Amino acid sequence: MRATVLVRPKDGILDPQGEAVRGSLQKLGFGVSGIRVGRVVDIELAALEPALAREQVERMCSELLANPLIESVEIRLEGE
Amino acid sequence: MERPVVAVVVFPGSNDDRDAAWALGALGAHTEYVWHEDEELPEATGAVVLPGGFSYGDYLRCGAIASVAPAMDAVRRFAASGGPVLGICNGFQILCEARLLPGVLRPNRQLEFACRDTTVRVESADTIFTRRCETGQELVLPVKHGEGAWHADEGQLVQLAARGQIVLRYADDVNGSLDRIAGVVNEAGNVLGLMPHPEHAVDPLLGSADGALLLAAFVDAAAEHVLAVA
Repeated sequence: MRATVLVRPKDGILDPQGEAVRGSLQKLGFGVSGIRVGRVVDIELAALEPALAREQVERMCSELLANPLIESVEIRLEGE
Repeated sequence: MERPVVAVVVFPGSNDDRDAAWALGALGAHTEYVWHEDEELPEATGAVVLPGGFSYGDYLRCGAIASVAPAMDAVRRFAASGGPVLGICNGFQILCEARLLPGVLRPNRQLEFACRDTTVRVESADTIFTRRCETGQELVLPVKHGEGAWHADEGQLVQLAARGQIVLRYADDVNGSLDRIAGVVNEAGNVLGLMPHPEHAVDPLLGSADGALLLAAFVDAAAEHVLAVA
């Protein structure tokens, strides 16, 4: 099973990386008013029931992949 | 008196481990390196330092991967037993990610790597780390970091301030850190994290010896911990 985790800076959290990218895109002439830069984690899991896979990926997120103080996560499971 | 053992944890990518060991040795400690895969601290460890650097290449988030290294289980047990733990720069980031300290370090708001001497104010001299200083005293300590903007939610910040856990503040806005916070201590008072580098400021030849005030107090705390558990 394959899972994809999208990690985003939470609303209201300063995102200097996004600010730098926004500034650069504006210099290129694009009309961009806001950019937030997050992270994508693709995970290959040993074949598992979707419910079990989701539970495992949720634990991965809370133990390592994201910091809940500043990041939100969205988990997508293949075929779900 | 016998020199207290101070363990310096070395992660792949640590680069201030030797500086920390040199400074602490000059201030009376016997330092021993602990590799990140080690599961135990040296016998009779009196204090632990998590040094600066870029552990695991700062992959994922700075300090995140180091926070789950085997040596950190030993550091957690040591901290829970009341042992003094000091995290400098990347070490501060690791302690936050390990939830041994509140908050988290974010990329500098100024979008620049900050590498210069800073003036930090001692907000509380009532800790084992700052007891050689006076509250309100200003220390000159260098910083060198890209991710030093400490962040916590508003409620947490109010609580930390009320409990005297804000230990060091920058005199000016160095990195966008909330309330210009440069160092915080845990509620029990035995774990301190700070972004500036006291180990680079222990000799006037290097521009400042103010870091020795913090590190000498830390060596004292190591000796006291050794006696307390003996």
